Amino acid sequence: MKFQPVIGLEVHVQLKTDSKIFCGCSTAFGSAPNSQTCPVCLGLPGALPVLNEKVVEFAIKAGLSTNCTIAPRNIFARKNYFYPDLPKGYQISQFEEPICQRGWLDIQVEGQEPKRIGITRIHMEEDAGKLVHGEIPGLEEGSGVDLNRACTPLLEVVSEPDLRSADEAVSYLKQLHQIVTWLGICDGNMEEGSFRCDANVSVMPVGSSTFGTRAEIKNVNSFRFVKQAIEYEIQRQIDLIEDGGRVVQETRLFDPTSGKTRSMRGKEEAHDYRYFPDPDLVPLVIDDAWVDRVRSELPELPDRMRQRFLSDYALPPYDVEVLTANRALASFFESSVELHGNPKAVSNWVMGEITRGLNDSGIPIEQCPITPRLLAELLKLIDNGTISGKIAKTVFDEMWQSGKEPQVIVEEKGLVQVSDSGAIEAIIDEILNREAGQVAEYRSGKDKLFGFFVGQIMKASKGKANPAVVNELLLKKLKG
Amino acid sequence: MELFELTIHELHEKLKAKEVSSVEVTRAMLTRIEAVEPKIGSFITVTADRALSDAAEADRRIAAGEMELLTGIPLALKDIFLTEGIKTTCGSRILHNFVPPYSATAYEKLKQQGVVLLGKLNQDEFAMGSSNESSAYGSVRNPWDTSRIPGGSSGGSATAIAARQAVATLGTDTGGSIRQPASHCGCVGLKPTYGRVSRYGVIAYASSLDQVGPMTRDATDCAVMLSAVAGHDPKDSTSVDTPVPDYRAGLTGDIRGIRIGLPREYFIAGLDPDVKASMDAAIQTYRALGAEFVDISLPHTDYAVATYYLIATAEASSNLARYDGVRFGHRAGGAENLLEMYVKSRSEGFGAEVKRRIMLGTYALSSGYYDAYYVKAQKVRTLIMNDFIQAFRNVDVMLTPVAPTPAFRLGEKLNDPLQMYLSDIFTIPVNLAGTCAISIPAGLSSERLPIGLQLIGRPFGEETILRVAHAFEQATEWHTQKADI
Ligand SMILES: [Zn+2]
Repeated sequence: MKFQPVIGLEVHVQLKTDSKIFCGCSTAFGSAPNSQTCPVCLGLPGALPVLNEKVVEFAIKAGLSTNCTIAPRNIFARKNYFYPDLPKGYQISQFEEPICQRGWLDIQVEGQEPKRIGITRIHMEEDAGKLVHGEIPGLEEGSGVDLNRACTPLLEVVSEPDLRSADEAVSYLKQLHQIVTWLGICDGNMEEGSFRCDANVSVMPVGSSTFGTRAEIKNVNSFRFVKQAIEYEIQRQIDLIEDGGRVVQETRLFDPTSGKTRSMRGKEEAHDYRYFPDPDLVPLVIDDAWVDRVRSELPELPDRMRQRFLSDYALPPYDVEVLTANRALASFFESSVELHGNPKAVSNWVMGEITRGLNDSGIPIEQCPITPRLLAELLKLIDNGTISGKIAKTVFDEMWQSGKEPQVIVEEKGLVQVSDSGAIEAIIDEILNREAGQVAEYRSGKDKLFGFFVGQIMKASKGKANPAVVNELLLKKLKG
Repeated sequence: MELFELTIHELHEKLKAKEVSSVEVTRAMLTRIEAVEPKIGSFITVTADRALSDAAEADRRIAAGEMELLTGIPLALKDIFLTEGIKTTCGSRILHNFVPPYSATAYEKLKQQGVVLLGKLNQDEFAMGSSNESSAYGSVRNPWDTSRIPGGSSGGSATAIAARQAVATLGTDTGGSIRQPASHCGCVGLKPTYGRVSRYGVIAYASSLDQVGPMTRDATDCAVMLSAVAGHDPKDSTSVDTPVPDYRAGLTGDIRGIRIGLPREYFIAGLDPDVKASMDAAIQTYRALGAEFVDISLPHTDYAVATYYLIATAEASSNLARYDGVRFGHRAGGAENLLEMYVKSRSEGFGAEVKRRIMLGTYALSSGYYDAYYVKAQKVRTLIMNDFIQAFRNVDVMLTPVAPTPAFRLGEKLNDPLQMYLSDIFTIPVNLAGTCAISIPAGLSSERLPIGLQLIGRPFGEETILRVAHAFEQATEWHTQKADI
């Protein structure tokens, strides 16, 4: 029997607000335990939550960018359960009527047709704190609770079970990751847990329309692990069924070392969260004006930008993909094109020298020492014949080091291209005299030698001879 | 008259005229507390040192000419209000060792005026109860008859006034917890409109019903206290951002032409004859003052108690989840694992009434019962609110009894929770509707027990009910009656 996997993803997106969702404490990562807390996020008696409007704005941004409807009336609910890192004994989340509903994302797996993946809902909620075991001086036997992360704002993005392979799941995740980082609402750092994913995986016989029993794989925190975990889980379930076993509904953990998933807790511990509307928070009303204002502030999204780059700049699809990998790179490219005018030339330099420079020095595009203006200046020097493309790379390296204007570098280092036909003619004559034998061969029909002469001439001029002038004069002389 | 018998407004005049100092008044109060406390048990914590230093500071302020209405006035707070650095137990063993790191907004506002804090007052555990018998710190006794209950849950806040242990106090009212003890102890108690006073720093029982309010000797003091604590608090999303009137300025004494509604569902057959007689007399008094009476109906009154016990317990079961022994308060020893620690800490920390309500609330919210209980209760709550909106189209205030009977005896209803729950039958609908109401002394029973009168106002109609209450005081002397203690 052949099997068909069915996958749905729940993604937790930690929002990049300065303060927490229900109090004014900082959300910065990595501070001393419990240094970023107050009565509200500590869940002290008498403390009350006050909603951070920035979180709502970020949620609307995420919803509009994933084709969701924004709910006009929002209720926060309490999800009641006991856990030591959950200070109030409940988590404030949204249950009925989440802020964003019924959206979608288009994904594309290489070699396949594009596919639309439904987004059931996106809701706002607070994060819990975390437990620290055995690393606390004087508490060797015990565990500590760090509530710095408690009350940090999260969006939970829940997909429809529309995904049919690990590759589709990864493609969807990458797409979502790109959108939330593109919007600037999440730093996207998967290692620090800013973007983490639970995968619901089941398998059913091909042709069936009834989903199999699913297992939930919790908190997978890299694209590679998501792929490994889902692939392992699919195979595990198929093997199990083929061996006559049954898949049980359970929560599983992925172990990156073994590449396997293992059972964390079974269904018998299923919780009754006793959701009910949080009476400490008044219903949140989002009117059209608010949605419109957020919409007007949205940046152009990657999908639209890709289409525009293809049509407006006539760039090859590969270039478009690379240039729109992130918003800062895309905007660097566009600013440079605006100043220079030749999209393909700019694209080549951005994908080539700029990307190489960033990789070598390990910095993001935002910190690139060569600004779009400097890059455009450099390209203009090539266009007007002041320097050759080859010399330009030398100038580029110098610009990267010193941040100087390209004209200044060209003048200081005497790198101006020689276009004067008299000077070039002298060099050509010298080479042709020296290589008389080759000249004879060329004239007897060995056309390929033309390149050899050009190379010798460029070398003699230290790369400064204008290649166009060289070509023209050389041809004339050889035909002589 | 002794210093401890004076009202806020009387003391204010004396302090202003430098006839007495706040330290003298505070000493008089502390001596009085010491004298009657063994018979009453109003306090969980007496903060004598703090009171004297607050008073000295107030005297400096008065000398510097920076006096406000409450500067130097000795007050006490129900132990449900967080007070930075001062033990706050909420009447529960689970918080027996809890010293909060911050203060409730209501107390902060009083502090800004330079009040003197005498201590923290006894109450039903987590404000759950109608008789003040559920406190982990012992029952409070009614100063009018120490074999009787003072009413709950702000029982200590009422007795401290009735026994002249504090000039004024703050309580909280979830289903009548200010008005019912005020009625039983012969003082004035106001439950403001939901959202009028910040709940920040007040330990939650049922968030959608709880409201902070003053308990005082008369309507004037009540107005002064409400003006001090009312207003929007950015730390409480449910507090409302509307201007706070000068409530004292509204006490004109003139209520001619005011329309008072008598909801027929509140004048039932089972009403105690003394209570009935006091209501009839009050109606006569108001008629003489020029008020008009209108018969009205609040048709969903019968469902109020059931609705209240579903909503209040549901919210309470969730609000009390944080008392788990992990971060503060009581932690049981000897637990082998996490679950055992939770179970033992909560079993040891909570009393019977609190456990009963947590279980009721957990049940009402559990899947399978949620729609039948919680959701249905919310729907009925809307019907009850609409009853009030409808009725207030025709009347300015409503007049009702506060409680069906005067104070009953300690232990009398302790083993009959349902009977106990019915003692709040006339106060609960006001909390469900979210509007305001005041209890004022309106008579004494044949056994010389105080009987309170409830005036219910429109949402944010505190000014009106205070004016109507004050007019009654001008015409009668019930508010000047004292317990023999
Ligand atoms: Zn905080």
